[in-house]
Amino acid sequence: MKRALRALAVHLPLALGAGLTLLPLLWMVSASLMPTGEATALPPRLWPSTVTFEHYAALFTRLNLARALANSAVLAAAVTGISLLLNSMAGYAFAKFVFRGRDQVFRGLLAALVIPGQVAMLPLFLLLKEMGCINTYWGVIIPGMASIFGIFLVRQYALSIPDSLLDAARIDGAGEFRIYWSLVIPACLPILVTLAIFTFMGTWNDFLWPLIVLTDSDRYTLPVAVANLVGEHVQDTELIMAGAVLTVLPVIVLFVALQRYYIAGILSGALKE
Amino acid sequence: MRSRHRLSPAWYFLAPALSAIAVFFFLPVAASVLLSLTDFDIYAIASRANLRIVGGANYAHLLHDPLFWIALRNTVYFVVVAGPLSVAVSLAAALLLSAKLVRFKGVFRTIFFLPVVATLVVVAVVWRYVYHPRFGLLNHGLGALGIGPIDWLGDPRWALPAIILMAVWKNFGFNMVIFIAGLQGIPERLYEAASIDGAPPWQQFRHVTLPMLAPTFAFVALMTLIGYFQLFAEPYVMTQGGPAHSTLSIVLLMYQEGFRWWNMGYAAAVAFTLFAILLLLTLVSWRLRARQTGSALAVGTGR
Repeated sequence: MKRALRALAVHLPLALGAGLTLLPLLWMVSASLMPTGEATALPPRLWPSTVTFEHYAALFTRLNLARALANSAVLAAAVTGISLLLNSMAGYAFAKFVFRGRDQVFRGLLAALVIPGQVAMLPLFLLLKEMGCINTYWGVIIPGMASIFGIFLVRQYALSIPDSLLDAARIDGAGEFRIYWSLVIPACLPILVTLAIFTFMGTWNDFLWPLIVLTDSDRYTLPVAVANLVGEHVQDTELIMAGAVLTVLPVIVLFVALQRYYIAGILSGALKE
Repeated sequence: MRSRHRLSPAWYFLAPALSAIAVFFFLPVAASVLLSLTDFDIYAIASRANLRIVGGANYAHLLHDPLFWIALRNTVYFVVVAGPLSVAVSLAAALLLSAKLVRFKGVFRTIFFLPVVATLVVVAVVWRYVYHPRFGLLNHGLGALGIGPIDWLGDPRWALPAIILMAVWKNFGFNMVIFIAGLQGIPERLYEAASIDGAPPWQQFRHVTLPMLAPTFAFVALMTLIGYFQLFAEPYVMTQGGPAHSTLSIVLLMYQEGFRWWNMGYAAAVAFTLFAILLLLTLVSWRLRARQTGSALAVGTGR
């Protein structure tokens, strides 16, 4: 009896918290399926009277959000691919090579983590403008090509690769790039998956930088397109919620499918080396 | 044959990433210092001939700009209220989820984490509707409890608290996961010893859990403060900094000055002031836990 009470005392607040946490997200989905005007009916409705997909259809036909979806997917995939390659190469080098200046360079990079990204943004914009990259995909890709945090994550993981394995490959005559590609990459796979998820979601969800660099609506990513949609169609609640679902759903699905790697990544960033 | 004098192969692996970071991060950061000492504006974008060095004038202007002080006050208000609130909610959720008799742990954890991965701007858009004074779910729910309608985003007194509430909802899952890991690291025998000594649960919490969580606390607090100082997307989509500048944040001010009015010299001074504040915070927190010599890393905050 006492045990049942204790179980209730724990599960009741958990269930309440879960309900409150989910409520805005569930309402977003529900409102996106309501006929026009129903999301702003009084009293407010939680469920659609009839389920309609017309707002999703409107996003893809009338409003060109298919383009934004494609932009988001291409940019997130490109940044993930390029940064994974560059960060893993650098992380491996910091972990497994002995060379002059290694510790100084690595410590310098870590110290730079305290610099907030916004400090670089204004000159970065001018630099990319000189390069002709404003309003192009490159404007988003270039600043995301490598990240200090990514290098750090890979380096911590690669430290555990046994030197004997690498040396054996060298004795067998394997070239350095070959060793990286066919020994180091497979050995680091779990952390690379984690980093890939972080980078993909980070790029997909990013708002400030794409907002600055992408000026033409044909280049907008989904978050920028949805924010823009609010400016133009603020009364069309159901339509905007459909745009919101379209943006959020992919990252939520990705997270639920791969959360083991995601959580592991947070913890390896949080725990001391 | 490899000779001692040849360049280490490590540099071939480092060169792409390090040059990208040097050119597209360190160079802009350094240029930002210079930019903040000029009057770079829309005319300078057209022609560099219109550019003048003004020394510390931007910083002097900053000190006399009422908007900057409003932005600073709002940002500090946001950090000081939303920070501890987020950490408290995270800790409460972590403690509940770590109770031994909890079932469906994984499901609860996933649900609490969903807002963290959801796109910030889009979530802010959704909350804009949740906060709608007439049609919003929140006022409807409060109405059922007998509380009159509040114009959440339209009333200068409520706009920032509304953004704080949303930020807590959005972020608590992140720190919760870190706290859960911290709680798992506390040896069971400490609780057993406390039980044997007859310590009731709240005393065990006070004298075992809290002290053992101290390092986790320090990390979580610093990360949360740094992240919250960079408040931008929420006021950008929900209020545009209004009403009456009540939700204007430092980064929003930087964005407006730099990319709306193209006062880039002045905006760079705003950005540097933010950097100075964050650096100071980091140094103070390192000082506070200097006895704990592990590598106090400021990892990316994901905002």
